Amino acid sequence: MTQVARNDGAPGGAQPDGLRAEARRRRLTTAAFLAPAAFFLIIWLVYPTVATVWRSLFDRSGDEFVWLSNYKAIFTTDTLVKALQNNVLWVAVVPALVTAIGLVLAVLTERIRWQVAFRLALFMPMAISLFAAGVIWRIMDEKDPSQGTLNASIGAVRDALGGSGSVLPNAVPSTEGLTGSLQTGFYVKAPVQAGGQALIGLTGIAPTALPASAKQAAAPAAAPGTITGVVWRDFKPGGGTPGQVEPEELGVPGATVELRKSGSTAAIQTAKTDDAGAFTFKDVGSGDFTVGASKDSFGPPYAGVSWLGSKLINPAVMIAYIWVWAGFAMVIIAAGLAAISREVLEAARTDGATEWQVFRRVTAPMLAPVLSVVFITMLINVLKVFDIVLSVAPASSQDDANVIALAMWRTSFGGVNDFGLGSAIAVLLLVLVLPALALNVRRFKREQ
Amino acid sequence: MTTASADQPVPSTKPAPAAAAPKKDGFATKIGRWTRRAPLQIFLMLVALAWLVPTLGLFFTSLLPADLISQEGWWKVVSDPSVATFANYRAVFDNEALVSSLWVTLQIAVGNTVLLVLVAALAGYAFAWLEFPGRDALFVVVIGLLVVPLQVALIPIFSIYNDAHLFDTVLGLILFHVAFGLPFGIFLMRNFFVGIPKDLLESARIDGASEITIFFKLMLPLALPAIASLAIFQFLWTWNDLIVALTFARDTKPITVEIFSQLRQFGTNIELIAPASFLSMIIPLVVFFAFQKSFANGLLAGSVK
Repeated sequence: MTQVARNDGAPGGAQPDGLRAEARRRRLTTAAFLAPAAFFLIIWLVYPTVATVWRSLFDRSGDEFVWLSNYKAIFTTDTLVKALQNNVLWVAVVPALVTAIGLVLAVLTERIRWQVAFRLALFMPMAISLFAAGVIWRIMDEKDPSQGTLNASIGAVRDALGGSGSVLPNAVPSTEGLTGSLQTGFYVKAPVQAGGQALIGLTGIAPTALPASAKQAAAPAAAPGTITGVVWRDFKPGGGTPGQVEPEELGVPGATVELRKSGSTAAIQTAKTDDAGAFTFKDVGSGDFTVGASKDSFGPPYAGVSWLGSKLINPAVMIAYIWVWAGFAMVIIAAGLAAISREVLEAARTDGATEWQVFRRVTAPMLAPVLSVVFITMLINVLKVFDIVLSVAPASSQDDANVIALAMWRTSFGGVNDFGLGSAIAVLLLVLVLPALALNVRRFKREQ
Repeated sequence: MTTASADQPVPSTKPAPAAAAPKKDGFATKIGRWTRRAPLQIFLMLVALAWLVPTLGLFFTSLLPADLISQEGWWKVVSDPSVATFANYRAVFDNEALVSSLWVTLQIAVGNTVLLVLVAALAGYAFAWLEFPGRDALFVVVIGLLVVPLQVALIPIFSIYNDAHLFDTVLGLILFHVAFGLPFGIFLMRNFFVGIPKDLLESARIDGASEITIFFKLMLPLALPAIASLAIFQFLWTWNDLIVALTFARDTKPITVEIFSQLRQFGTNIELIAPASFLSMIIPLVVFFAFQKSFANGLLAGSVK
């Protein structure tokens, strides 16, 4: 075992030679501890940073020195400008939203018994890759409401609120007595007067297209001053007479029926059919009327929001990203909350402060450092956002969802292969995170 | 927060003192409290559900048979469990590219984590307890490197890897991940070592132990909590990496890159993407649930990365 220099040793009596040997041994030891890290940091971080800055001043091939024209290109190329704009949007929206959600949830979960389970559920997305999170949300965001969870939920809410009864995308009239199309609605050709009846028979309706509530079709009895009628599925297995309401033929519930003055296209009354397909217009007055099932009854079913299309792709990616990071914010802020002394809070309460005042005057100021850490961390993360854009946005919307880090990769390795411009984008990214670097260094110096 | 020591208690698993000791209340009081808190409870349950549904949705989607997967939503499995099948998973395990990509991912994640922990602990110890000129200045440099985006290194390293035959190799990916994990690793380890009582170290030195002995016999065992945090963090980070592998791997693909290349034809092969994505998540999730305490510690210790 080698004798190593003692920090507390008194060097007075030692030989100068021995001292020097000891100093040399100490330097060697230090070097042995630091050399592996230095090797990695210099080759993979320090040298590349310098090389990238240098490379950004050259053209695509690397042969010609072009000064700053790569940087100029960043601000004049459409897809790159879009990337910058999107990153501004990300910076403006996401860090604040993540911090706010984290704060609210951290405060609320302090009061529940199952907070461990809750925090685990929210924290879990942190463990999986942003890329896999993107795949998850790509499935959530599917446009077809029969597949995409988000649109299925929206569709369910619409149905619950009694949205349009558009259930008959393929209906056709059963007789020549009706005119019109799916786009205009189907109307009875013959004019109807007060006291009359309108029979609107339709075929081309799959049995499953009618709601389970549909009953045997039946027209209400005619009455003076009113126009009544029925919209029904005019089809009976094994035959039947078109244009006549017969047993075993079901009414069409929820269809929208319109009453118009003959010759006009404006509805003066509308009604919904009941479960037997029946409808009634009251107090119609005199004259000729046109009655029919309006186009609302035949519109295509709810088609779903196009989350992954060019318009909504940014919010769609951001939702996925917030889903991943909210748990992080919550856990860090909860740690800050837990560190606030209970006595201070109790003292404030004893002094008669309301819960809101306690939060506003005591908790929030004491949490400020933690909140800023979360906010700044998210700011840096958001500037580097990459994987999740690539996996949520389909190829067709990637230009619309472009962000700086993705633009850098696509420019350098995604087919364009322009290392000059790619380097310039990377340097821009570096410059954008420099304030965070300064902040870190300052914090370290203050703590020394 | 940046210097929070790694042995800090984990907030997520520590009940707030207010909730820790419920007093014995009458039945009426309990009911009263429950009704007052019910809106909060219900709201939080909905939030938790909203956070769980996406992941469960992926899992249920992966159980749909191939002929239903492009027509039905995942809830089909819930409403009609009889359609659920593991056939898609069997197809994944029959797919050689996917299986080998899982193996590559494991090699990269384990290899770089072990190497990183060793290198970072050595340097962290030096920054904490060895005297050398310019120590603080160098540590400031390390802190500075903490925020350097890896995009800055992609192009030069791409050239180096081509010349050094490290392109498309597991080793090349491991080395890159170690380098970019180091600033955080050194930072975390140094802050942990600084917190170790000076007396302990001094007495070992007086006893004549060499620094190497002190490091391996005394410091490393003491630093296990910090090492666990760092290792879990690095393991998850590199298991989940996409951009590095996408740049430096062509045939030696980890799972994320393999799924990414499948994703280009999304819609035609969800029956492969869904189970493969879920498989790629299982190991990170197991690691996360098994070591969530260390994971949270790592986050707390270095939330400015």
